[in-house]
Amino acid sequence: MQWETVIGLEVHVQLATRSKIFSGASTAFGAEPNTQACAVDLGLPGVLPVLNEQAVAMAVQFGLAVHADIPEVSVFDRKNYFYPDLPKGYQTSQMYHPIVGAGDVEITLDDESTKRIRIHHAHLEEDAGKSLHEDFHGMTGIDLNRAGTPLLEIVSEPDMRSAKEAAAYLKAIHSIVTYLGISDGNMAEGSMRCDVNVSVRPKGQEAFGTRAEIKNVNSFRFVERAIAYEVERQIELIEDGGKVVQETRLFDPERDETRSMRTKEEANDYRYFPCPDLLPVVLDQAYLDHLRSQLPELPADKRARFQNELGLSVYDAHVLSASREMAEFFEEVQQVCGDAKQAANWVQGELSGALNRENLSIQNSPVSAKQLGELISRVLDDTINGKAAKQVFQALWNGQGDSADAVIDAKGLKQVTDTGAIEAMIDQVIAESPAQVAQYRDSEPEKRGKMIGYFVGQVMKASRGTANPQQVNGLLKEKLDALL
Amino acid sequence: MALEESHVRRAAHLARLAVSDDQASGFVDDLSRILDMVDQLQSLDTDGIAPLAHPLDATQRLRADEVTETNQRDAFQRCAPAVENGLYLVPRVVE
Repeated sequence: MQWETVIGLEVHVQLATRSKIFSGASTAFGAEPNTQACAVDLGLPGVLPVLNEQAVAMAVQFGLAVHADIPEVSVFDRKNYFYPDLPKGYQTSQMYHPIVGAGDVEITLDDESTKRIRIHHAHLEEDAGKSLHEDFHGMTGIDLNRAGTPLLEIVSEPDMRSAKEAAAYLKAIHSIVTYLGISDGNMAEGSMRCDVNVSVRPKGQEAFGTRAEIKNVNSFRFVERAIAYEVERQIELIEDGGKVVQETRLFDPERDETRSMRTKEEANDYRYFPCPDLLPVVLDQAYLDHLRSQLPELPADKRARFQNELGLSVYDAHVLSASREMAEFFEEVQQVCGDAKQAANWVQGELSGALNRENLSIQNSPVSAKQLGELISRVLDDTINGKAAKQVFQALWNGQGDSADAVIDAKGLKQVTDTGAIEAMIDQVIAESPAQVAQYRDSEPEKRGKMIGYFVGQVMKASRGTANPQQVNGLLKEKLDALL
Repeated sequence: MALEESHVRRAAHLARLAVSDDQASGFVDDLSRILDMVDQLQSLDTDGIAPLAHPLDATQRLRADEVTETNQRDAFQRCAPAVENGLYLVPRVVE
């Protein structure tokens, strides 16, 4: 039987506010345990939450970026459950009236096709603390620094049909939130986490199969692997006459499998109700218009502009717009050198290669966008040839010079285009290579083209790589053919 | 709706309240009377009336995103039964 996979994602994005969603405690990462957990975060008696305006603004910015409806009124609810890292006994969340309504996001797949994934809604909520299960004399240690950190939970419709589409969706969300600057998007530090809902159904069937939820998948790669495993498990189960049960599973990246989290005898009953400590949040049109006017150019718009105005291929435009830092670096290089295609080639080729080798992000590139742009300009105006350009890049990378021009001067890499100088070098090479000249003269005319390579190599060597290769080629041919 | 003792036990468990057998049957009577009153309320026609999220006719005020709290860990941890290395210690939650 042919099976179809149906995937929906719940992505939790940690918002990059300075203080918590309902208190003035710091959200900075990596502090000593419990030094950033104040009375509100601890749920001590008598405290009242006050909503952080920046968390609201960031949520709305996301909504505007995914073309979502932003309802005028949103309401906070309490989700009640007991767990030691949730000292209040409930999580303040938005169940019935979320701040961001239905929207959509466009994903780009490997074959350069695009697909629209609908977003059901996005809501604001607070994060819980951390439980440390290492042995504290048979007890669990609780760090509440993270309690009260603002999260935006983005819930997709079940619109994805493969692990690749799910990963592309996650990347698209990552790219939007980092462009907006509403999250650092650091998955390793937990700034972006994702729950994956997966089910399978016979191809052509309309009704969804029973889904399993895989919790807390924290990398793009793990999303693909967790889905791949889970799909196979469900298909095997059904084909062997079994039934998928609706349950929560955990992905174990070390064993590359998902495992059932022990289902409690009693199903969760969160008893949601509106939080009496918080009033409805009302956003007016002027506020939305103001935030809309502050939006930066978003990845999809940049991609379109790179293709339409700069003439880049779909692939180049997609790669170069994936992160805001990459896009801004590329644009500066392009503006300095004035050639989008060359800028794209250098950023994706030489530069990205060097960054990957040294595991550096583009923000930490030793070669600045201005330096790279100027280097490309020197290739375009024939000051240096392509081979010398790579030497200049290496020198800039190693900090041996402040600019391409300085390196070119210091290393004497300026391309020799003076015909007289090149002819002198050619004459000398011909004079020193009687055997090769004889061979050239005696060979079939159609084989001479290949033999000329030896002479080109010698002349380039004599010029220490600075001669213009096209000129060398042309002049050599003339001089050698004159000897026939 | 007819409330049974099992409902009371479940609600007590979700709220982590210790309810003895003697108390449970008493609660069935008390809570049933409350539910009867709710039933009476539900007989009202509320079509076209938006649910009220809050009894106050006011909207949420927002605060500026500023860190205003300082580290009060020592004071807070003085009322915790067990702490170590700055962590609150609780009975083990996973086996």
